[in-house]
This record gives sequence, structure tokens and C-alpha cells, in this order.
Amino acid sequence: MKSFLELSAMGKVFATDNEPFEALRDVNLKINEGEFISLIGHSGCGKSTVLNIVSGLDTATTGGVILEGKEIDDPGPDRAVVFQNHALMPWLTVYDNVELAVKAVFRKRKSKAETKEWIEHNLALVNMSHALTKYPSEISGGMKQRVGIARALAMQPKVLLMDEPFGALDALTRAQLQDSTMAIHAELNNTVIMITHDVDEAVLLSDRIVMMTNGPSATIGQIVDVNLPRPRNRLALAEDPHFNHCRHLVLDFLYAAHGSDGPDDDDHQGQDAREPADATGTAAAASPSKPAPLAVNHSDQAA
Amino acid sequence: MSTAVATTNPSRIELTLRRIPKLFNAALIPMLGITFFLFFWHVVAGNITTSLGKFPGPAQVWEQSVALYEEHKEVRAKADKFYERQRVRNEKKLAKDPNATIKWRSYTGKRSFVDQIFTSIYTVMAGFVLASVIAVPLGIVCGLSDRIYQAVNPIIQVFKPVSPLAWLPLVTMVVSALYVSEDPWFEKSFLNSAITVTLCCLWPTVINTTVGVAGIDRDLVNVGRVIKLPAATNVRRIVLPAAVPMIFTGLRLSLATGWMVLIAAEMLAQNPGLGKFIWDEFQNGSSNSLSRIMVAVITIGIIGFALDRIMLFLQRRVSWDKQAVLR
Repeated sequence: MKSFLELSAMGKVFATDNEPFEALRDVNLKINEGEFISLIGHSGCGKSTVLNIVSGLDTATTGGVILEGKEIDDPGPDRAVVFQNHALMPWLTVYDNVELAVKAVFRKRKSKAETKEWIEHNLALVNMSHALTKYPSEISGGMKQRVGIARALAMQPKVLLMDEPFGALDALTRAQLQDSTMAIHAELNNTVIMITHDVDEAVLLSDRIVMMTNGPSATIGQIVDVNLPRPRNRLALAEDPHFNHCRHLVLDFLYAAHGSDGPDDDDHQGQDAREPADATGTAAAASPSKPAPLAVNHSDQAA
Repeated sequence: MSTAVATTNPSRIELTLRRIPKLFNAALIPMLGITFFLFFWHVVAGNITTSLGKFPGPAQVWEQSVALYEEHKEVRAKADKFYERQRVRNEKKLAKDPNATIKWRSYTGKRSFVDQIFTSIYTVMAGFVLASVIAVPLGIVCGLSDRIYQAVNPIIQVFKPVSPLAWLPLVTMVVSALYVSEDPWFEKSFLNSAITVTLCCLWPTVINTTVGVAGIDRDLVNVGRVIKLPAATNVRRIVLPAAVPMIFTGLRLSLATGWMVLIAAEMLAQNPGLGKFIWDEFQNGSSNSLSRIMVAVITIGIIGFALDRIMLFLQRRVSWDKQAVLR
């Protein structure tokens, strides 16, 4: 069966002054339409490179990305990007920032009235209708990121790429934006790839969490399926055994198996180190010291 | 009690009183500085004796600036009379013979100090505008393309430190060779000065525009790539606005350079303007010459300052970055 979006044998080698640096090796992932995927891994493991290659802002050295049967070789609005630092033009108002994208993407396919309505609709989706005429310097960080999301959504992308979208925000704002993102995903059912460092965020938002091994030559180490019903409620989930199990799986992967220099949590000491190639092993086998409260669907890379 | 009431509900007088420290900072301190400078100038000037008499102090300079303005009014009156006589003569001619060819000549008498000021301002603006029209697009292209930058950079670096006076003979010869026309739009001397200014105005704007364009936030550039903005729209909507603060930094440096260059060029080439005025006064060597040169020096300074303020005002109007500290 053809998948919606496929990363196929993707590799990336950066030319450096000394010897070439292999950042990514043989990254394979199939993503279904409407799926919410989180990419998680330690800093410098190549998550951003993966996202940049999918967006077309960077090119793969080997392999590539196939979206709906077509190989991607340049950036385009069908793969809208939400940047970590919002990337709003400081000289344009909230409305004009979205308008710049809408006008460029839809060119002459929308009438003046339709364009206006579409911009306002997307800003309403992120609860920013009250600040259309404000400049980015006049609104908070969380609001800027909302506008960044509205701009991306307004491109009507096939895939929404989010590069640590909430990383620069405080905890409360981040929670709000996570909830908004879930609501929007429920409404529009977009396909999303999100980079994150936040384990809770990954579990809360994702259908699947793709965990990457440390570089160089990073690749996908393990994938966790999050089979939690939607809509998800962060308060209710705090006590949910499956939620916590998923959390532990991710933490185990990050800190025990692939984070020798990462923080050593008491909970996660003494875990068996797993090789990236072992990613197909079952979750239960991978963390024998943990009671498995629920059966976890641990899928392999080609799920 | 009463003081408490007063502080919560201050009267107008009190509000004014409260502003005094601010007014003190805004006006009084610069005034103090100027006063001290004038005093210092006065004392030092009194102790320097030249072959043209004592070095002028503030009082003599003030005297001469008034005198120069009076002379300007005289010259203007003479010119008006000249035009009036010409008009009357031509009318008479026409009355005698309606088909007579009449000639209008412009007044060729001595230019006043004020005339020289306007000639200089006009010349520097022409040279500066010409330089900007070349430098900003060149800077944008260099900022956008690393290859073009690498090709152009050595040329910029070599020409940047060249003194205007080195260019001047070349410019003069080229202008007189190429600019031959029966009815010229501009005087050759004007072109020589303006082009010399242009050659020296180019570099700060080119360099700063290049730096500004090359330094645009990667994310903003990537937004343009994701939404597939056509190149021209990309320059207009993203590159130009993002680089405006740096472009203006370059323009301000260019205009300041251009103004300094112009005075030197006018002195050397005897082209009309403040530079020529200074040189003429120097050659004249009267007892008032030094004071009159000092008037020109201060005028040059004030005009340079005013030009910079105008650029600053434009920058504030054009730039989105209102927080930027403008100095």
C-alpha cells in the first residue's frame, strides 16, 4: 500500500573542513494521512535536519521524501513550516503576515473577499482575531507562535511541519498552545510532524512518537504508538496508566539507552542499553524492569 | 495632610516643576557645553596671532556672519536690478519690432555666501542620490548572492579607501571629454563635484546594504522559500524591509562622507560652493578672512548635522524598527 508521506532511506552528509559529517543514515518512516507524529531525540541528533529535508529547505544526500507518490525536491506551501521562533515579519501586522503567505500561495485563486475571510478564519482558529492590526513586537511570545501556526494553516498544507513550536514558551503558554494544536488537529485532521524535546508534549499530542538515536549517523531508534483516545485531556491523562507507560518508554529511550551523557534519572538506571537496530523489539522486552500496565502496540519503523 | 493631597492631585505648576530635571537634561546641559566651548574658544583665539591678525573669536565670527548675510542681500538686490533692466530692455525691443530676437541672460555677478551654501547642498544631494540609486541595488544583489559578492568585494575594498581628490582630475577630464552639448543641462563644474561625491558615497551604502541583506534572519528567508515568493516580491516584501535599518546606516555614512568630500573637491577644483568660498577667502587674505572662513566652517558643520537629522527622520518614517537606537 502506498503511504501518504514516506521518508525513504534518507541520509544526509554535511561537508565540513575536515572530513564529511554523516548526520543521518537510512531514515525510513511511513506516515498516514491525518497522523500526528512527534520526532524526539537529544540535541544534535538530526531531528531538525529530517524536518528540513521534508520541508525541502534542505536536501537529502541519499534517499528522499515522497509525498503522495511524488518526490520532494524543493520547499513549497504544501509542507508548511511552523518555526521555533515564529519567524513573523516584524514590519507586518498579524493580519499582513498571514496575508503575505495567503496571497503568495493562492495567487489569483481567491477573490479579495475570499482572501480576507480566509485570513480571518485562520487567525480565529488560533484565537488571534483580537489582534489583527498588532505588530509582532506588540504581542506576547505565545501569541506570535499562534500567528505562526495560523500562517502555516492558511497555506492549506498537506503536511504541517512544526520545529519545536513551543520550545521557547513558558509552561502555561505552552500548555494552552498544545491544547489549541490538539483542537485544530481534531478539526482539520492535518498530517503533522512535530519536533519536540518535551516528553509529555510528545505523548499528549502524538499518534506516534518517533525517537531518534544520537548522531553522528543518527537514525530512527524506536517508535512508540500512543493509543490514547481523542480528545485528550491533560489533567485526566496525568493518572492514565497508558499515558505514563508511553512516557516511560520515551524516557527510557532518551536517558537510559541513548543518552549516556544525559541526566540520569533514578527511575531509569540499570536499563539495558539497546542498539538502534533493535528498534523492532517489543517494548516489554526493551524495558524488562518496568511493569507493563497495558499492552503497548510497539510498531516497527514501517508501521 | 496637605502635602499628601498635593502629591495625589498635582497642580499644573507642580507638574511643570517636576519636569525641570528633564528640561535641565534636555536643554541646559547642552547649553552649558556650548557656553564652555565658546569661552574656551574665545580665550584660545585671543592668544593666537597669525599674519592675518588674531585668530577670530566667537564675537568676530558672529560679526562676519551678519556681514555675509548683508552682502548676500546686496548681491540679491543687484541681481534683481539686473533682471529688471533686462526685462525693460527686452520689452522696448519688442515694442519697436515684434519679431526681434531677444536674449535672456542670467546674472553672472559674484555669488553670495548664501548662494554658495545652496550650490553645495544641491551638489551633494545630486551626488548622494546618484550614489544611492546605484549602491542600494548593488548591495542587495551582493547580499543575496555570495558569488556576486565575492566577485565585487575586491573592487569595493580597493576603491573604498581612495581619497576624493585622487578621483577629481580623472572625473574632470572624463566629464569634459564626454559631456559635450550645445545646451547643457548642468554646468560641468557641478557634474565634476557631484560625480566625485558619488564615487565616494557609493561604498558605505554598498557595504552596509550587503551586510544587512546577507544577515537577514534565516527563518524569514525560509518563510519566503516555503510560500514560493517570486524573486521580485521576495526582495520587495522581505529583503528590503529587513535590510532597511542597515541600508539607512549606510546611507547616513555615505551622506556624511559625501558632504566632507564635496567641500574638499570644491576647494581643489574651484567649483562653486562652500569649498570655493573658503579658498577664495584664504587667497583674499583680508583681516576678515579668517572670521569668514570660520563662519563657513560652522555652516558646514551645521548643514552636515542637519543632513544627518533629515536622514534620521526618513529612517524613522521608513523603518519598522522603532526601538532601534538612532544616533
